[in-house]
Amino acid sequence: MSKAMELSGIDKSFNGKPALTNANLEVEWGEVHALLGENGAGKSTIMNVATGVYASDAGDVTLDGKKLKVTGPQMATELGIGMVHQHFRLVTRFTVAENVLLACKDQLGIRTTHEAAEAINAKAAEVGFPVHANAIVGDLSVAEQQRVEILKVLLLGAKIIILDEPTAVLTDQESNTVLEFVRKLAEQGNAVILITHKLREVISYSHRVTVMRGGETVLVGADAENLTAEELAAHMVGEQIMAIEPIDAEPGDVRLHIENLVVPNPIGGVGVEGVDINLRGGEILGIAGVGGNGQQQLADCLMGLADADTGKIELNGDDVTASSVRKRRSDGLRFIPADRSQSGIVPDMTVAENLAMTGVPDGQYGSLMSISRKTMRADAKQAIEDHNIMGASPNRSSRLLSGGNAQKLVLARELRDNLSVLIAHSPTRGLDVKACKTVHTSIKNAVENGAACLLISEDLEEVLSLSTRVAVMSKGIIVGELPMQENTREEVGKLMLGHA
Amino acid sequence: MEGFLINWITTFPNFAAPLLLACMGLIICERAGVLNLGAEGLMVVGAMFSVMIIYSGGGILLGVVGGMFAATMLSLVFGIAVVVFRADQVLSGLVVVALGTGITGIVGRAYTHKPIQGIEKFDAGALGDIPFIGRLVFEQDPLVYVTLFIVIAGWYLLMRTNWGLRLRAVGEDPATADISGVDVQGMRLVAVMISGALCGLAGVYLAVVSSQVWVEHMVAGRGWIAVALVIFARWNPIRAIFGALIFGGAESLTPRLLAIGADVPVYLMNMLPYAITLLVLLWPYIRGRAASSAPSSLGHEFLRQDRH
Repeated sequence: MSKAMELSGIDKSFNGKPALTNANLEVEWGEVHALLGENGAGKSTIMNVATGVYASDAGDVTLDGKKLKVTGPQMATELGIGMVHQHFRLVTRFTVAENVLLACKDQLGIRTTHEAAEAINAKAAEVGFPVHANAIVGDLSVAEQQRVEILKVLLLGAKIIILDEPTAVLTDQESNTVLEFVRKLAEQGNAVILITHKLREVISYSHRVTVMRGGETVLVGADAENLTAEELAAHMVGEQIMAIEPIDAEPGDVRLHIENLVVPNPIGGVGVEGVDINLRGGEILGIAGVGGNGQQQLADCLMGLADADTGKIELNGDDVTASSVRKRRSDGLRFIPADRSQSGIVPDMTVAENLAMTGVPDGQYGSLMSISRKTMRADAKQAIEDHNIMGASPNRSSRLLSGGNAQKLVLARELRDNLSVLIAHSPTRGLDVKACKTVHTSIKNAVENGAACLLISEDLEEVLSLSTRVAVMSKGIIVGELPMQENTREEVGKLMLGHA
Repeated sequence: MEGFLINWITTFPNFAAPLLLACMGLIICERAGVLNLGAEGLMVVGAMFSVMIIYSGGGILLGVVGGMFAATMLSLVFGIAVVVFRADQVLSGLVVVALGTGITGIVGRAYTHKPIQGIEKFDAGALGDIPFIGRLVFEQDPLVYVTLFIVIAGWYLLMRTNWGLRLRAVGEDPATADISGVDVQGMRLVAVMISGALCGLAGVYLAVVSSQVWVEHMVAGRGWIAVALVIFARWNPIRAIFGALIFGGAESLTPRLLAIGADVPVYLMNMLPYAITLLVLLWPYIRGRAASSAPSSLGHEFLRQDRH
């Protein structure tokens, strides 16, 4: 096999902060080459260098034996490099055909939407990937949008195909379909680069793997079949991370009781369409499901941020359906919101202020007219120590914290005092493995001390490793609930697709 | 009563044309993702400079082109500020209004209240004698027909050509447009300049067709009405035609009523276009359709090396 693409000694920094240091990658024709690494390891950056989106500070790009400089995305396309971005590069308000027309830009003799539609249908038939050429992209499911992206890239003549976390937004079954397709592309002689942080995809679907960590390539072009998940994880994280132990607690009293809850979605789309939940102390009920199936509305309504149309919410036996956020909080209901920087913390306020935020209304830090900054700072100092919030000091702006440490701050605030029920919505979204472990351990400890937790997450791995029971939410309702067993993964996947 | 109605309705195009021209320019600009609040300033500049050129003996054609050119230059300054240097679009737009009003206030002092030879209505002869239709359709001034042509051509360009597809892509999702090889900044600059030229022409229309004289404050908020009209039209040029006719009709009601000696509260009547603007602005929000039809990246700057 010959080399399709070789990147050597790539350096790239943003505002003086290095994002890539001496990064290397070589990909051969006919292989699926996994590029493995955590968020922020530099995977996307190195691919953006390869496709000319970013100009590198140093290093060489060699394509099919020729050393050259890719000066822009257009040139990358002409050279036969196609990238399927994680955030699709599709104009959602345009039709599929219009998007293809836009991308073709007079190439391939496609000049009208009609010609574009014909080209798509031909290509779709060729690869066995049906799409509706005249559908508005925004009306398609995520999996369908991804097909459009892949078809677009293939239409433009890509031979080196880069897929950036293609399964991040798909269900397990959808993921398998697209990964099988990726294998087929490689068998046809193309070079495929699969950017991922999922070990399973490396082991089951890739020929070789390059691992990135902190902007460096720590393992270059190793045979994937000779590597175990543990070895890959160790390369990726830089140290061995032990899997989390199952929860060791007996279910206690019912803490949260939800009856036939209906919550509208203010911007249209799916809301909560009738949900019943019983949650006891010492339990973590994991709610799995693809995002946008009412999870946000459920979390908001439980916390009092959205009104229910009908239904009842009982907290420790008291009806709190119409209670204020403050009342719910003082009754022990706590919240880790999905959008950390929007509703978890106020980035421009200090660490101490963010930590004190929920205590101020209860008079923990003085009265209406005077606030005790001294107590605030002392408490913050204690919390920083207890939760090992790195890079934080009481008077520092919270914006300067990394994602993981910002989440530790949220946990420190939400888990203290009389915690009874914790609503955790995607608590580890965008965090690296180490931070995930810390967050999971904190939640687990709180539950083992008697609290109840409703874990709403799109990350199936997270739900399965942490929960004591798993429910699946789809189209606004709970479509099934399963106790933890060996075969749960597949069962949950089926439920998420609505096949069970 | 019938005479009044006919007289009133035949004035609609005359009042609608400047609003429609400015609105068309703004639609193109906003479809490319740039919020241009400077319409008022661009119109004032177009009006004043056309009068200056015609009064100085440059002739009508040169006056029209000169007025458009002056406004285009001002819009280019705005474009460079917001597209190249990524200045705040709202503030920069307000600065354009202030600049336009200021420049014309100073330069225009020498030309205030000096009547000029403007553009007159067509005399269509026999065609004009067709009852009602004759005067409404055939006896307008040439710029009304030009306006209609510009709007229909603009609609075609925007919705039916590859150029329009790219321009709309820039306004919807500049990162996607960029990756597709569209020059985002270039496209936005061109769109801003087109809006400058068309807002300028709208100002020219007011000075050279409607009033045939330059007076400070003669644009009287029509630039702002055009901004509102864009939202009413939901960024669609064809819908803008109807919107402009409604506004034009409201504006021309007062002079028509006064002409027949009707006893109406003039100040209240003068408020009508602005009151309608307020209602019309609320309408899409009441229907919940405003957010869903605005170009997705309207008002957002674009920088390729941004890390998302």
